[in-house]
Amino acid sequence: MKALKLNKTTRRNYLTYALVILAYAILQIMGSTGSLSSSLKGMLVPICAYVVMAVSLNLTVGVLGELSLGHAGFMSVGAFTGVTVAVALQDAIPAAPVRMVIALIVGAAFAALAGFLIGIPVLRLNGDYLAIVTLAFGEIIKSIFNNLYVGVDAGGLHMSLLSDKTNLADGGRLIIGGPMGIGGIQKISTFTAGFLLVMVTLVIVFHLVNSRAGRAIMAIRDNRIAAESVGVNITKYKMMAFVTSAALAGSSGVLFAMNYSTIVANKFDFNTSILVLVFVVLGGLGNMLGSIIAAAALTILPEALRQFSDYRMLVYAIVLILVMLATNNPTFKAFFSRFKPGNRSGKEAA
Amino acid sequence: MMKKKFFALMMAMVMVLSLAACGGDSGTTDTPDSTDAPENTGTEATGAAFKLGGTGPLTGGAAIYGNAAKNGAQIAVDEINAMGGIQFELKYEDDTHDAEKAVNAYNALKDWGMQISLGSVTSKPCEATSAETYADRVFALTPSASSTGTIEGKDNMFQMCFMDPNQGTASAQYIADKGLGAKIAVIWKNDDPYSKGIHDTFIAKAAELGLQVVSDTTFADGNDTDFSVQLSDAQSNGADLVFLPMYYQPASLILAQANSKGYTPKWFGVDGMDGILTMDGFDTALAEGVMLLTPFNADSTDERTAAFVAKYQEQFGEIPNQFAADAYDCVYAYKQALEAAGATPDMSAEELCDLMIAQFTSMTFDGLTGESMTWDASGAVSKSPKGMVIENGAYVGLD
Amino acid sequence: MTFLNFLISGISLGSIYAIIALGYTMVYGIAKMLNFAHGDVIMVGSYICFFAVSRYEMPLLAGVVLAMAVCTVLGIVVERLAYKPLRQAPSLAVLITAIGVSYFLQNAAQLLWTSSPKVFPNAFVIKSVDSQGVETVKTGIQLFDGQLNISYVTLVTIAACVIIMAGLTLFTTYTKMGKAMRACSEDKGAAQLMGINVNGTISMTFAIGSALAAIAGVLLCSAYPTLVPTTGSMPGIKAFTAAVFGGIGSIPGALLGGILLGIIQIFTQAYISTQLADAVVFAVLIVVLLVKPAGLLGKQIREKV
Repeated sequence: MKALKLNKTTRRNYLTYALVILAYAILQIMGSTGSLSSSLKGMLVPICAYVVMAVSLNLTVGVLGELSLGHAGFMSVGAFTGVTVAVALQDAIPAAPVRMVIALIVGAAFAALAGFLIGIPVLRLNGDYLAIVTLAFGEIIKSIFNNLYVGVDAGGLHMSLLSDKTNLADGGRLIIGGPMGIGGIQKISTFTAGFLLVMVTLVIVFHLVNSRAGRAIMAIRDNRIAAESVGVNITKYKMMAFVTSAALAGSSGVLFAMNYSTIVANKFDFNTSILVLVFVVLGGLGNMLGSIIAAAALTILPEALRQFSDYRMLVYAIVLILVMLATNNPTFKAFFSRFKPGNRSGKEAA
Repeated sequence: MMKKKFFALMMAMVMVLSLAACGGDSGTTDTPDSTDAPENTGTEATGAAFKLGGTGPLTGGAAIYGNAAKNGAQIAVDEINAMGGIQFELKYEDDTHDAEKAVNAYNALKDWGMQISLGSVTSKPCEATSAETYADRVFALTPSASSTGTIEGKDNMFQMCFMDPNQGTASAQYIADKGLGAKIAVIWKNDDPYSKGIHDTFIAKAAELGLQVVSDTTFADGNDTDFSVQLSDAQSNGADLVFLPMYYQPASLILAQANSKGYTPKWFGVDGMDGILTMDGFDTALAEGVMLLTPFNADSTDERTAAFVAKYQEQFGEIPNQFAADAYDCVYAYKQALEAAGATPDMSAEELCDLMIAQFTSMTFDGLTGESMTWDASGAVSKSPKGMVIENGAYVGLD
Repeated sequence: MTFLNFLISGISLGSIYAIIALGYTMVYGIAKMLNFAHGDVIMVGSYICFFAVSRYEMPLLAGVVLAMAVCTVLGIVVERLAYKPLRQAPSLAVLITAIGVSYFLQNAAQLLWTSSPKVFPNAFVIKSVDSQGVETVKTGIQLFDGQLNISYVTLVTIAACVIIMAGLTLFTTYTKMGKAMRACSEDKGAAQLMGINVNGTISMTFAIGSALAAIAGVLLCSAYPTLVPTTGSMPGIKAFTAAVFGGIGSIPGALLGGILLGIIQIFTQAYISTQLADAVVFAVLIVVLLVKPAGLLGKQIREKV
């Protein structure tokens, strides 16, 4: 029995990898033959970023079972730190891919640090109280980046809060300009980088979920008291999932920010957190493939609806409601619960 | 397993459908001489029209600015097309005041076959799209994206509006020259690049001119309803002039709250303040005596402005604000430049880009928002702001 | 004196958060769902009242009643179409549907009423005509030679808040329907076994919550009079925060949480920093939740092993 079940999970994971690679290959071929519209081409990198966000939030919401309403905050930390590093190293490391990798790692590291610091107080709480605290942290991060000034000159990085007191030497450059955010970013994110990040994310998440730690995390989700009684270290495993999730969100932020010439703190607000949550719930809690498809489909959908002009967002809202109704209808629900490990009774899925 | 496949299939279908919809757009409109006219222009595309595109917030919190620009541009396009001669096809795409969506909207316009661009309506989205227009060599003239980052380092990006820093310095200069206030308070929105840009240069210029800034307070999205603290700070520090570098919505709240507190300093606004008098239900008595620097005045007796305002009111049921006038001017500036350059609609975006750069840096343009405007190579416009004061619910020229 | 003025501003802002939070907390207590569309129902209510009062020149009270009626119907329709089919679904699914409803209402409002801001008329004024026929309009009470200023809107809002809170408390304690609501919030299954119509009770809760939203909308827009299709969303989030702050599901908690949140926000702006006001407000919230994990007046449910 056990072997069979494991086998099934592994099969599903390989299917996910295969589909992502297939999608990448098809899009690359379409891109090289020029049959890809500019509109879709422009969305490839953000889609990758949202896919990573969705998978990482799914780790928190679906696998760990804690609702987070401030996930965009980690994306923000990653974006701002990653881009700062990329800009600061612009002269030192001319090779864009190397700089991109360094930025991704730094962004992920800072987001992980933020996740750790936030996790200490947050993970003591449960349910909606945890949700509101993550929302609060998301807003605090936004507020801080709106008031943060970072500049670079020959003397290194300078930082100040509230107003620009960086006093840069000649030839220095203000990187983060408070509410102006970061401007003039070199666009070094590519679809290939996005694809690789998605693959790395999937490898990390699948390995975590299928490991001993992953089983402990899911045991906490399913019944915290029972898990504790058999000696599972609740704080440790909760923190492990939360920090991993934050780090992945941070790297997604770097990928996202480096695709646009400008980025502001207000981009990563409550609405973005909610948007990612929509991907996760729509794709199915704990279902990574579902998250990927939902993130891609819902990023493309508003663009595909441009023909409705004024009614675009109205149609989007209706589609969203209808899909939620269709996928959660009692008759459908019976078989959904079979392959959505996170789809448990309402009591636990707060 | 069966059912799981069903779910995946369903989601995949959603994706394929949306992909198809995207691809479909591009398939039919890739070439500039495409014959299908987009429904929202109301013009008859004959294949001899310049495809003019722009992005702006048509939905969401900033929708008022995007819709105003879109409507203003539409009026200009209709007028020009009716004249014969140069023909335009106009298409505005929604960017919800977001850089990411703006790039998507720009790409959709590219698929449509846009030849010249109206950039984006708001600053941050325009910084993102201007990087794209720069890379793609599409000429862009934004009606209202006023930050420095919009045009910085881009030879084919031009502005119809003042740059934020210029407004800040001009305001400080104006206040100092006219001796309007001895003690100045500034209330600004600290998560808004527009407000921030004006605030910073205003403070710097004020220090240079020896103006005394006694109170400097902020607000942001989410706490933009109650201004008692900011007003108290200004009042207790004895400010006799309050500078409001912001849009008119929060400004209307500030004026109302100051009034109920019984605080009556002089008020000085910027071009974003324009529109306050035409807010549905606004008690114009509250804005009595408010001074502002604005390039456009909907109450002007100037013949062209009056005609534009009348037409706008007839079509859209509202009085146009500065965004509409800027967009209207953009289209006319394009008309003038295209005519002077002898451009034809069958030229590629790249060819037009070079022609337009040459024209815009050399021509002089008279529009609703300024007389004899010129542009320098950086893309910044030079026009003089008009000092206005609100008297009896209408703008009156200062001086 | 400035301190008192700030305190009054804080209470004034807070009482509006409180009145919105009451709607959140009602629905949460019974249906166990975060109704993110609540803020947008507020916006709809404000628009209805705006058009009733300034276009059709109805008296304010009639406008409020009309807005309440429309919002109640809207609340019931939304509940029937979007939430009821998901009664058995996990609460996250309902949360997402609520977000969909919120998008829908905002965009529908923009199409119907355009994006240009409307200025809500301040109906809470006292007009008096002196012997020369000069009309003076008083918007509030001035105390201590005008140093202390309390607007009528604030007084009305606070009064409305207390009345609604008391009314709701009495309603849930003494009436049959109210008792049914409390029963549903404790245990839906057991309530059903006792012969309570659970679906009907939940619909009723949405109706009451939406009617409250209409009142909240009118008061919000009377105090801060610009009205746009996104008017409801930020106050909605703040009020949701306030509801959790006070202990979500608790009616007095919503009042306390709302008013405290308002006071903290104003005091932060006044004495710490206007720029970091949001950050400080949320930091205080976090600290409070760490000390009292179920909010100020929330019931701490002991875990049974």
